[in-house]
Amino acid sequence: MNSIMLALRQVRYENSAFWRNPAAAFFTIVFPLMFMVIFNLIFGSQEVTDESGNTYNLSTFYVPGIMVFAVVGATYTNVAMGISFARDGGLLKRMRGTPLPSWSYLAGKIVHSVLLTVLLVIIVAGAGWLAFDVDLPTTKLPSVLLTLAIAAATFCTLGLAVTSIIPNADAAPAIVNASILPLLFISDVFIPLDDAPVWLTTLADVFPVRHMALAMHSAFNPFEAGAGFEWAHLLVMAAWLVAGALFTIRFFRWEPRR
Amino acid sequence: MTTSQHHANAELAIEVHGLRKTYGSHDAVRGIDLQVASGEVFALLGPNGAGKTTTVEILEGHRTRSSGQVSVLGHDPGLNDRAHKQRVGIVLQSTSVDQYLSVEETINQFRGYYPQPLPLEDLLDLVGLRDQRRERVKKLSGGQQRRLDVAIGLAGNPELLFLDEPTTGFDPAARRGAWEMVRGLKSLGKTVLLTTHYMEEAEYLADRVAILVQGQIVAEGAPGDLALRDRTTTVRFRLPDDAPSLPNELPATPDGSGAYLLAADNPTRTLHSLTAWAVENGIELEELTVTHPTLEDLFIELVGETGGSEE
Repeated sequence: MNSIMLALRQVRYENSAFWRNPAAAFFTIVFPLMFMVIFNLIFGSQEVTDESGNTYNLSTFYVPGIMVFAVVGATYTNVAMGISFARDGGLLKRMRGTPLPSWSYLAGKIVHSVLLTVLLVIIVAGAGWLAFDVDLPTTKLPSVLLTLAIAAATFCTLGLAVTSIIPNADAAPAIVNASILPLLFISDVFIPLDDAPVWLTTLADVFPVRHMALAMHSAFNPFEAGAGFEWAHLLVMAAWLVAGALFTIRFFRWEPRR
Repeated sequence: MTTSQHHANAELAIEVHGLRKTYGSHDAVRGIDLQVASGEVFALLGPNGAGKTTTVEILEGHRTRSSGQVSVLGHDPGLNDRAHKQRVGIVLQSTSVDQYLSVEETINQFRGYYPQPLPLEDLLDLVGLRDQRRERVKKLSGGQQRRLDVAIGLAGNPELLFLDEPTTGFDPAARRGAWEMVRGLKSLGKTVLLTTHYMEEAEYLADRVAILVQGQIVAEGAPGDLALRDRTTTVRFRLPDDAPSLPNELPATPDGSGAYLLAADNPTRTLHSLTAWAVENGIELEELTVTHPTLEDLFIELVGETGGSEE
């Protein structure tokens, strides 16, 4: 069997294990949907003002915002936690002792995360359209898909990269959440940053989350014409993708540090 | 790897010369020579921190060596070669598998990595997990999880199996079961390299053992020969207070607890003289025992009180 087939078989096992693990399935799948319902119930009828002064309903803000949250959870958090726990239990080391190419194992986890991402995006978009009356950006669909693809690749890679600074499984939830939750709050994901101090948005602009969020908002903004490609935002994410990949290649560990 | 190289080592599964491993200023392994024949069960014994796991992990390809020559099935395990990994099974000391897959799924997952895996049914029988085949790994007991580890190590039908402390934490019944399983592997012609700190385990299973202390091999041979090395059978007994003194040909020494110890090069003759003397004098020899030297005696002698260091 060749390496690609082996990686695809890996995806199947990852998938079976994922859906049987209540904690993983809850945080990755149910959490974003719960956030979407709560934010819409509380703020859905309020309005948001874009850079050009156009106002629109906050539900239209939340669909792309929750998509960002869901994608980050299914890729960055899911990959970082999954690999940290597998490494801590000695599973990565065990895999290294088999003829399975090391990359096939990691690829299995990543491809599975990407499949979860696709599923979540479809659910969030469907729920937004059906329950909250949000217009889906059909004309800007290619730009949405490109943004999602680059974002998924970037956050999977960063999830792999961050495992290098996670010493063991006990530290994994703390490091993963501490590195991503504050960023989600300052990156136009849950709250529009209209009135935030400039230093805060400048800080958020260093990291990839806000660039994904702005690219998604721009695609869903009914007042923005054109194809919606936000090249500057995509470029920043791609830069993080490359940096994360280099960091992973240099520092990735197969065994936990005690 | 050339064919001639392979043939030259065909009868030796493992060959090690002058193996050293240094971590900073600490010498974990200090020049080891080892030869394990094909089809042999070989045990590495030693206290914690003696370098057993380091040695085995170098042979498995999990660690690099500082110096020395290592050949495993004719290959250098440091090369991380896929074809080589298909011929070797590894059961590490503590490793998990995915907790949410079933026993059967897990074994099949690993079988899928090898070109000629053992049949699932054979593996389930070999490790005695047939009744648990549909259980999630999470629900297995510690001993059952360890047996699953062994099934995974055997999944690819390896020629050589590494077993790193296979029965640590087992209750006596589970340990017996595991021993029968290893004996079964031997009858299949597998070479097994086992590490353990249970002497009975090495005595029961191994064709040959090597005792490792502070990174060096201090004794090597068949367990029975090693146990007998320089030591004799001991006869122990108590004498009543009013007993006459022992004759000169029975030079027993008091052991400090009121009993006497008698070293016996020829136990049958010694015992005969002792009991004849006792019957003649109308004495009952209380607590009369004959003790055969064990591997454990040698081990304790070699390791001493300072030989072992906590890891």
